Amino acid sequence: MQIQQISVFVENKSGRLAEITEALAAANVDIRAVSIADTSDFGILRLIVNKPKEAVEALKAAGLTVSLTSVIAMGIDDHPGEFAKAMRVLADNQIGVEYIYAFVSREHGKAFVILRVDDSERAVNMLRENGITILSAEEIYDL
Amino acid sequence: MFYQKDVETMRRADIEALQLQKLKKMVDYCYNNIPFYHERLQEAGVTGDKIKTLSDIQYIPFTTKDDIRDNYPFGMMACPMKNIVRIHASSGTTGKPTVGVYTKKDIDTWAELIARIGAASGVTDEDIIQISFGYGLFTGALGLHYGLEKLGATVIPASSGNTQKQLMMFRDFGVTGLVATPSYALYLGEMVKESPYPASAYKLRIGLLGSEGCTEEMRTQIEKNLHMFVTDNYGMTELGGPGVSGECELRCGLHFAEDHFLPEIIDRDTLERKGPGEVGELVVTTLSREGMPVLRYRTKDITRINYEPCACGRTHARMDKVMGRTDDMMIIKGVNVFPSQIESVLVGMEHVGPHYQLIVRKKNFLDTLEVKVELSNGELLQSYGELEALQHKIHDRLKSVLGLETKVTLAEPKSLERFQGKAKRILDLRNEPEE
Repeated sequence: MQIQQISVFVENKSGRLAEITEALAAANVDIRAVSIADTSDFGILRLIVNKPKEAVEALKAAGLTVSLTSVIAMGIDDHPGEFAKAMRVLADNQIGVEYIYAFVSREHGKAFVILRVDDSERAVNMLRENGITILSAEEIYDL
Repeated sequence: MFYQKDVETMRRADIEALQLQKLKKMVDYCYNNIPFYHERLQEAGVTGDKIKTLSDIQYIPFTTKDDIRDNYPFGMMACPMKNIVRIHASSGTTGKPTVGVYTKKDIDTWAELIARIGAASGVTDEDIIQISFGYGLFTGALGLHYGLEKLGATVIPASSGNTQKQLMMFRDFGVTGLVATPSYALYLGEMVKESPYPASAYKLRIGLLGSEGCTEEMRTQIEKNLHMFVTDNYGMTELGGPGVSGECELRCGLHFAEDHFLPEIIDRDTLERKGPGEVGELVVTTLSREGMPVLRYRTKDITRINYEPCACGRTHARMDKVMGRTDDMMIIKGVNVFPSQIESVLVGMEHVGPHYQLIVRKKNFLDTLEVKVELSNGELLQSYGELEALQHKIHDRLKSVLGLETKVTLAEPKSLERFQGKAKRILDLRNEPEE
């Protein structure tokens, strides 16, 4: 139930994000979710895409520093309290969250949350036991 | 290995006797043939027979780069142009180039000096040497070219640039030795690592790198990537080019060719002579040059001299690797900073590449130093904290080496400039308007 997330090192220079995403477009890669954390000097761009392998190749060919990270994706109902329920499960099981980003799909009526946690295998089991949907890689890539 | 064993292993007393005899002659030669020295020596009251011991050299006035520049192009020439067979010149980044002229005998002596350095590093007549210095006015390429030919090696005058072609020649010609600047060798190493050919396609075993400084850390990196043994050699246009000193296979200092050069170390502020082992500015007198001899030339290079015979058998004095040039030294918030200090921290550190850039700015009347270094792999991208920890680690190490706060910037791989000749890593913006 692990999903491959792409992390890209980005210097804080104008136009850099455009260049990176253009490289992905040229490789015909579709982006599912994106997040960027930054300081004044650099940022890490995190991406969930439909074709991780092709994306990594395209980015490396463009001279970027890239790595693949395993993350999990959960699908929760788009209602108040649903996200809190999932966080409670992780908290009660002492699973630490490194970062989170989320997107909502109107089509599916669901919110999708990408999570990087310190123990993803246990996190998947605990969330599932508590009735939270965990998406497979294919499900996310094919969204 | 030796090229001229009898000369290179002379007893110290014999070296000094030879130097004294040649120095006396050289002083008179300069006095009689170069108007600039005629005037200087007359003012100082020095003639050849007034020099009784080597330490009497202290009465001879220094020659500086400005003196040479003021006499551009041929004012320092000691013989008529018809005796001159070659003209070289430095790049002249700070104004007019520095010119060096050579008689036929100068060219022969120069080739001998280089042959000595080649043999001392282990080059033999079996070696195929690619010279990837830029050919042209620069003394490095033709200097090494003639000398290694003299030694009997096979020389390929590749010149610099067109890196893929350089690699192709390495493979197709079975090149065993490389002559280049350390920064270009570093770049070639990167390219070899990335090339689709296995390491066994490259037969390199020896590198004679020079024309700019190279820290031990950078040398290790070059040796690792190119699978070759690297020695350092030293010289400059004002002294006739490379061949002034060079390392032997033991790499414990660069042996001067003391039969042709008389080195001294001085305090660069008081100009007083310093003793063996003391650090200061290197001053060199040429003892054999006919075309353009110099007396007590201030090199601006910081080093020290060791007169103990070397375990390799050579008795000629050794200088330490140049610690820095007074020209390269940056004064940042009153602290003396040499790029080599920064290089020693950065090269060999995990996760960052060996290329770097130093940017000095003035902000609110205070100097700031930014150190830019490339992130070499994606291992730390899992977490933001690890990248910050890397930045802090570099910052802290720089602080302990320099005693100075720096701003460390991580850059994308291959985003910093690569150099095919001498590297230009310092960008001093202090005289520019504030950003």
